[in-house]
Amino acid sequence: MAVRKFIIMDPKDNVATAITSLHKGEAVELAGGKSLVLKDDIVFGHKFALCDIAAGEEVIKYGQPIGRATQPIPVGAHVHVHNVEGQRGRGDRVESLPHPGAVSSQGHGCCCG
Amino acid sequence: MVDQEVATKSPVLRGYRRPDGTFGVRNHLLILSSVVCANRATEMIAQAVPGAVAVTHQHGCSVIGPDMEMVRRTLAGTGKNPNCGAVLVLGLGCETIDAPGLAEEIATTGKPVDYVSIQEVGGTARAIEVGIEKARNMAEMLAAMEREPFSWDKLIFGTECGGSDTTSGLASNPVVGVAADLVVQHGGTAILSETPEIIGAEHLLAKRGRTPELSQAILDLIREVENRYLSMGVDFRGGNPSPGNIAGGLTTLEEKSLGAIHKGGTTPVNEVIGYACRPTQRGLVLMDTPGNDVESMTGMAAGGCQIMAFTTGRGTPTGNPICPVIKVTGNPETWNRMGGDMDLNASTIITGTETIEEVGARLFQLIVEVVNGRLTKAESLGHREFGITRLGMSL
Repeated sequence: MAVRKFIIMDPKDNVATAITSLHKGEAVELAGGKSLVLKDDIVFGHKFALCDIAAGEEVIKYGQPIGRATQPIPVGAHVHVHNVEGQRGRGDRVESLPHPGAVSSQGHGCCCG
Repeated sequence: MVDQEVATKSPVLRGYRRPDGTFGVRNHLLILSSVVCANRATEMIAQAVPGAVAVTHQHGCSVIGPDMEMVRRTLAGTGKNPNCGAVLVLGLGCETIDAPGLAEEIATTGKPVDYVSIQEVGGTARAIEVGIEKARNMAEMLAAMEREPFSWDKLIFGTECGGSDTTSGLASNPVVGVAADLVVQHGGTAILSETPEIIGAEHLLAKRGRTPELSQAILDLIREVENRYLSMGVDFRGGNPSPGNIAGGLTTLEEKSLGAIHKGGTTPVNEVIGYACRPTQRGLVLMDTPGNDVESMTGMAAGGCQIMAFTTGRGTPTGNPICPVIKVTGNPETWNRMGGDMDLNASTIITGTETIEEVGARLFQLIVEVVNGRLTKAESLGHREFGITRLGMSL
């Protein structure tokens, strides 16, 4: 059995995760007889694009959005912090809280008494 | 509802019966500091008495309101944890969280509890002397106790991830999820913690609320916690995901969260509880803790959790003073390089020689062995990290 090179978590994903270190120019075989050529070295555990992703488009892993592309990401390119940003926990973007007053004075949820 | 057929086939758990009906999987003599000023005496007593474990911390004074309640609840919960057979509390005498009050709270469990106040007995040296004598009497009594069988509904299993990389979401967290499902199936309780690491995945977790109210409670909790962090006015990135998470291939908080919630398995969420609170329901429970590993584990242990599984991709050694912590890694390199800190190899999922279900079944077996007395790597290495989370400022 050939050693698996990457994992795609969900059919909706537009990125794959390398589970062995891959190299620029390497061709990787996808399902259905398709293949793509890597545009960067992809270190173990890092992601590459399965298709072209436009600037501002959602990056999908586990079938869910994990952030948005900050620039066009061509198929086979490394997908990481240099071209993706998260949409959550972005205190740097907050001018006013989305739900003013939602911060309770209790903190850390209920009290079990 | 526990499947009766499963329950009759449940592996036997053996632990130490406590007067309040709980069971410890360990029989620790806890020497607990109520305030930072008593740390030295606490440590010296624990060093002098066989089998004693010291819990020291930076807290106990100059806190108010919800912060004070949380510190008190955490310290009391640590003493109440069934893994502690007896507790000696060390205090100074003028602190916010006083030793007599803390001892009284812990004593509601019926277990042997005593305290020493440094100002009352006349200084650190005298407090050590008095404390050692009290602790020795407790140690002699604990040594005579034997394990007896207990039912799965008495077991609380905590889940934690730290030093995550992409293998956490692909392998080790799903493995812990399989084990959490098995614990729940046998009638036990599993805790999913680390609220910031649900941000971006809360819609998936909320769908699993046992009732519409619980689903809403999950969404409300995440919103509140996210707002609290947003009010600091900075991007989470660098803090969460951490530099190590990013080096390990995790790009955003959402990605980390979507991997992290796998630790909670697939069963309905039956309760949402605050930091260091004891679950009142069985099955899967969500505890509001920070993503900081040590603070999160401290909160779960204070909530009565007797055993934890901790997944790591990058490799982190931390444990807990009173709870056995089982380390699981899905990263083959980490298993090779830091195997001395790891209890279970889940990297076979990445290399394709085992399935998530197979490794999950191995973890479940290991949980049973550790409950019944097998030491974890964190225990044999003496990892006893303790840290209470904070909400506000010290005064």
